[in-house]
Amino acid sequence: MEHTILILLLPFLSFILIGLLGTRLKPTAAGAIGTVVTAIVAVLSYWTAFAYFGAGRDAGTGLFPTLMPWNAVWLPFGGDLHIDMGILLDPISVMMLIVISTVSLMVHIYSFGYMKGERGFQRYYAFLSLFTMSMLGLVVATNIFQMYVFWELVGVSSYLLIGFYYTKKEAIAASKKAFIVTRFADLGFLIGILIYGFYTGTFSFTPDAPALGAAKAMLPLALGLMFVGGAGKSAMFPLHIWLPDAMEGPTPVSALIHAATMVVAGVYLVARMFPLFIGFAPEVLHVTAYVGAFTALYAAIVACVQSDIKRVLAFSTISQIGFMIVALGVCTSADPHQGGLGYMASMFHLFTHAMFKALLFLGAGCIIHAVHSNEMSAMGGLRKYMPLTHVTFLVACLAIAGIWPLSGFFSKDEILAACFSFSPVMGWVMTFIAGLTAFYMFRLYFNIFWGNENKELHAEHRPHEAPLTMTVPLVFLAAVTLFAGWIPFGEFISSDGQAYHIHIDWKVATISLCVAAAGIALATWMYMREDRKVADGLAARFSGLHKAAYHRFYIDEIYQFITHRIIFACISAPVAWFDRHVVDGFFNMLASVTQKVSWGIRNMQSGYVQRYGIWFLGGALGLTVILLLI
Amino acid sequence: MIRMEYYLIVSTIMMFVGIYGFLTRRNLLAMLISVELILNSVDINFVVFNRFLFPEQLEGFFFSLFAIGISAAETAVAIAIIINIYRNMRNIQVKNLDKMKW
Repeated sequence: MEHTILILLLPFLSFILIGLLGTRLKPTAAGAIGTVVTAIVAVLSYWTAFAYFGAGRDAGTGLFPTLMPWNAVWLPFGGDLHIDMGILLDPISVMMLIVISTVSLMVHIYSFGYMKGERGFQRYYAFLSLFTMSMLGLVVATNIFQMYVFWELVGVSSYLLIGFYYTKKEAIAASKKAFIVTRFADLGFLIGILIYGFYTGTFSFTPDAPALGAAKAMLPLALGLMFVGGAGKSAMFPLHIWLPDAMEGPTPVSALIHAATMVVAGVYLVARMFPLFIGFAPEVLHVTAYVGAFTALYAAIVACVQSDIKRVLAFSTISQIGFMIVALGVCTSADPHQGGLGYMASMFHLFTHAMFKALLFLGAGCIIHAVHSNEMSAMGGLRKYMPLTHVTFLVACLAIAGIWPLSGFFSKDEILAACFSFSPVMGWVMTFIAGLTAFYMFRLYFNIFWGNENKELHAEHRPHEAPLTMTVPLVFLAAVTLFAGWIPFGEFISSDGQAYHIHIDWKVATISLCVAAAGIALATWMYMREDRKVADGLAARFSGLHKAAYHRFYIDEIYQFITHRIIFACISAPVAWFDRHVVDGFFNMLASVTQKVSWGIRNMQSGYVQRYGIWFLGGALGLTVILLLI
Repeated sequence: MIRMEYYLIVSTIMMFVGIYGFLTRRNLLAMLISVELILNSVDINFVVFNRFLFPEQLEGFFFSLFAIGISAAETAVAIAIIINIYRNMRNIQVKNLDKMKW
C-alpha cells in the first residue's frame, strides 16, 4: 500500500509544475498534464480500493483493518503531543478516494471543453491540481490536525477557484465571502481541536481509553466546536450563505468543489469522529441532526423559487448535505441494526450524491455553454438542441428525486429509514423534504428542457450540443448514477465496521416513492406546459412568501445588517477611531516631539573641529570649577 | 636658583597660547603647531615637578620623553591626514571641513 503516497504527491507535483511554468506552457499541455496526473491518481485510487477491500476482513474481529502505510512525526510539541503527517486507509477514506479522484478526473476532462480559450487556462488547471491534492490529503489524514491543515488548503483552493474570473466584481466578492465565512467557522474547528488535544493529550482520531476517560467532560464541547467548522464547510444553516454565491466560479469548479467533494468535508469530519460522538456526545450528535434537518428544509424551499439554474443546484446541494448530516445525527448507537443505520446511509448518500450532483452541475455547464446565460428565462425547449445533455440531466434528476432503480433511491431510502427509526416526526419531515427535492429538481428540468422556449434568443444564437470532451464525462457519470445503487455498500462501510446487509424497507420506500412521484407530477403539471398560469398564479397568490423565498429569506441581508450596522458601526468604527487617534496619535506625538527637539539641538553638531574644541574646553573648565567648589 | 613657579608660569602661558591658537587659527597646520605647544607645556610641567618635588625619582623625566615620542607619531599621523584633506579639497582651511557631522 506504499504507493498511496503517490496519490498525494502526483497532484502536488503537477500543481508545482503547471503553476511555475504558467503561460510558458501551452494551454493544452497544461490541461494534458493535469488530466493525465488525475487519471493516474484515479487508477491508483481504484487499485488501492481494490487491494484494500480485496484483502478482506480481519478474521478475528471481522473488521476491515485500519492501515497506515505512511506516518511521520511532523511537529513534536514535547511530551506525547505531536502532529503527524501520513496516510490512513480505512473504509471511509478509501471510499472518499474513489469519489474524489473520479469526480476530479471527470471535471479535468470536462474543463478542456468548457474552459477552452479562457484566459488563465493554465492557472485553472494548476488550481484544480492543488485542490485535488488537498482534498485527497484531507480524507487520508491520520490525525485531526493533519485534517485541519488540508482543510485550510482546500479552503484556499476553493477561494482561488471561485475568484478565478478575477476581473468580475461578483466573483471577487463571492470568493471573499466564501473564505471569510468558512474561516469564521474554522475558528470553532481549531478551538475544538485544541481542546481535544489538550484534554486527551493526542491529536489521533482514536485515543486510548485512559485519555478518553480523562477528557470525558470536555469531549462534547470539543466535538461541538469541531462540528461548527464542519458546518461552515458543509454550508449548514446559518453558515450556508457562501455556497450560493460561490456559483460565480467556473461551472466545473462548482461541480467538483461546491457539489461533490469539498462541501461534504463536514459530513466526512462528523463520520470520522463518529465513534467519539456516539460514545461521549450523543446529544451533540442529535443537535447536528436538527441543524441538518432545518438546513435541508430551508434550502429545499428556497430552491423551489430560484431562477438561476446554478443557484437551484447550489441550494439543492445544501439540502442534500443536510440529509447526510441528519442521517449521521439520528444515530443512537454504533450498531447498524440498533439505530446506527444512519452512518452507513450518510456515507452511501455522500457517494451517490457526489456522482449525480457532479452530473447535474456538468449538465448545467453544458446548458450555460450553449445559451450563455444562467437564467431559466433564456432556456426552455432545449431538449431538441441538446439530446445527450437532456437524457443525462434527466437521469440525474430522477436519481436525486429518489426514483427506483437509480442510485439516489437506495441511499435516500436508507436515510429515511434511519430517520423513521429515530423519531416519526423526523422521518415525516425528511420525507416531505424529499418530496420538495423532487419538485424543485423537476421544476428546473422542465424549465430548461421543456416549457416556454425563448425563441428569439435561440433564433439569434442556436443552442448546440456540447463537444465530446464535455459529453463523455456526462455519460460516464450517468452510467455510475444508474448502477451505483446496486453496490452492496453496507458490506464495506457500516457504523461498527461489520458487514451490514442492506435490505430495503419497503414501507418507507413506498412512502418516499409516492412523495417523489407526487412532487414530480406537480412539477410536470405546473411547468411542462407552454403557459405558466398555475405557477405564476401561485406566485402571485403567495407573493410575500415567494418574494421572501426568492431572496433566501433575507438571511444575507440579516448578515449584512449585523455586520455593517451593528459590528462595523458600533464596535469596529469606535475601535478604529481609538486606534487611529489614541494609539497612533500617541506614537505620532512621540515622533514629532523627538523631531522638534532634534531640530533644536542639531546646530550643536556643526562639524567644525574648533567649535567642538570650544565645547570641550568649556566642559573641562566647568568640571574643574565644580571640582574646585566641592 | 630659578624658582619652580617661574617654570610653571611659562608652561601655563604656553598652554593657553596653544589653546587659543587651536581655537582661532584657520589653517590646519597652525592648529597642529598649537597642539604641539600644549603638549610641550605639559612636558615642562612633568619635568619641573619631578625635578623639584621628587628629585630622587625619574618617572617624570621618562613620562615626558614618552610624551615627546607619542607626539612625534601623532604629528606624523596628523600631517598625513592633512595631506589627504589637501588632496581632496585643494586647501586646508578648517572652515571648509564641516563634513565631520556626517
